[in-house]
Amino acid sequence: MAKPAKVLLNVPAIKADFPILQRTVRDKRLVYLDSAATSQKPKQVIDATSDFYSRYNANVHRAIYELGEESTREYEGAREKVAAFIQAKSAMEIVFTKSTTESINVVAYGYGLKGKIEKGDEILGTVMEHHSNHVPWHFVKDHKGAVLKYVDVNDDGTLKMEQYDALLTNRTKIVTVTLCSNVLGTINPVKEIAKRAHEVGAICVVDAAQAAPHMPIDVQSLDADFLAFSGHKMLGPTGIGVLYGKPDLLEATEPLLGGGEMIREVHLGWAKWNDVPYKFEGGTPNIAGAIGLGVAVDYLTTIGMDAVRGHEMEVTEYALEKLARLKGVQTYGPRDVTKRAGVVSFTIDGAHPHDIASILDVEGICVRSGHHCAQPLMERFNLPATARASFYVYNDLDDVDALVAGIKKVQEVFA
Amino acid sequence: MSISYDMYQEQILDHYKHPRNKGPLAGASKNARDSNPLCGDEVVLHLKVDGSDRIAEVKFEGQGCAISQASASMLTTIVKGMPLAEAGGLGRDAVLKKLGIPLSAVRLKCALLSLHVLKLAIGQKADVGT
Repeated sequence: MAKPAKVLLNVPAIKADFPILQRTVRDKRLVYLDSAATSQKPKQVIDATSDFYSRYNANVHRAIYELGEESTREYEGAREKVAAFIQAKSAMEIVFTKSTTESINVVAYGYGLKGKIEKGDEILGTVMEHHSNHVPWHFVKDHKGAVLKYVDVNDDGTLKMEQYDALLTNRTKIVTVTLCSNVLGTINPVKEIAKRAHEVGAICVVDAAQAAPHMPIDVQSLDADFLAFSGHKMLGPTGIGVLYGKPDLLEATEPLLGGGEMIREVHLGWAKWNDVPYKFEGGTPNIAGAIGLGVAVDYLTTIGMDAVRGHEMEVTEYALEKLARLKGVQTYGPRDVTKRAGVVSFTIDGAHPHDIASILDVEGICVRSGHHCAQPLMERFNLPATARASFYVYNDLDDVDALVAGIKKVQEVFA
Repeated sequence: MSISYDMYQEQILDHYKHPRNKGPLAGASKNARDSNPLCGDEVVLHLKVDGSDRIAEVKFEGQGCAISQASASMLTTIVKGMPLAEAGGLGRDAVLKKLGIPLSAVRLKCALLSLHVLKLAIGQKADVGT
């Protein structure tokens, strides 16, 4: 993989593709810095979903008529695009879900709770996981008696790898880790983590919700066993998510949803399931969402994921530098932008993050405030909450300057 | 000045920076705590009730945004010396009037957290309509 260079993208040209970025908020230019929560959508994606409903809306995999042929072709085409985007060997390794959360739940239920995990088996997570990579494993603990263990983080936001080694034993059956923290921006050494997990016979589940939109992903190189991400954080529609799985593991995983589409034959009292990945897609899927995600993948691929990553490193470097110069402002996570993504959590002395977000909102700046669905991590850093700015392809250095000016306003109010 | 800057008018910042009746209360007879899961705002209320069922002393503890903490501080000044029954009957308008600012739906939860905790302390499970 080529090392991404820190070079800015042509942001004005990209911004022109995003209708929402043309609007104002209270007569101020919209400065959208909450892409870690959800990204904005380019008109290509919006048009593709509307095009589906206007021109060829039909259910997939059923209809004999032309519309159904078209919708099935586009839906399956999106699966191919997603497979290529993460370097999967085959589109059959791609399951469409509604979200990262659902993807992880499919694994926790189908592989853990209904499958391979027995009492006393250990599941090893980290304290920096999003709630969606904590709570599904609680279910496995509660229903199967699995033991949950967690790798802590260092003060600089990196994982304690020596502790990982110490906690990893032949009792460990599942290692589950985020590729990129939604609070600290930390990019975890998942390739190394997966390698060591495999050495003790464990599988490695990867939460790529914050990574897939922002950096090149190669599931074969990572040797991830399962990998989950969401469409809406990567320029795609809401309600569409992805679960990648190695074929043998998808075979060994029981479906979460029973119903139409996921079956081969149904009789009174029993059914035979459909093949992977369809056995996981019970019910009519989010066809427009999948097609929209496919177009989002096209959009990102046209820019190039190395270029996306390079751009965000440059914007993040600039932001960390600017914020470091503000007295009374703290940022969290690694300082080295080669080890982190464009998610910048910060606090301001004397001002609660909620108040920071309210005052920035007056300036037309959207940032997130709160615990970011990562309460265990906030507890680790002894923080009730942080404010968080996150960057994407449509953010430039002017947006960072607007944030810095906004922070100065916050400091004036709470001086 | 826009609506949102008004949110941080002098009075609210004063209560936030110099909270009234903040701290623990030894011998409190009624205590309650709640938090706002959205933003982690937390308010704990301690009440000492005298022989004639009046709130003789009240203290709050907590952490959170200016709106949640200022409104808790203000609420203690409202209920101090008030008959318990009257405090139990306080509606959201009592707090919102004192705050005197327009609030979005999300910030309303911050503003009404302390009133909710007061109701819990008094033993009511009343919904304050956040």
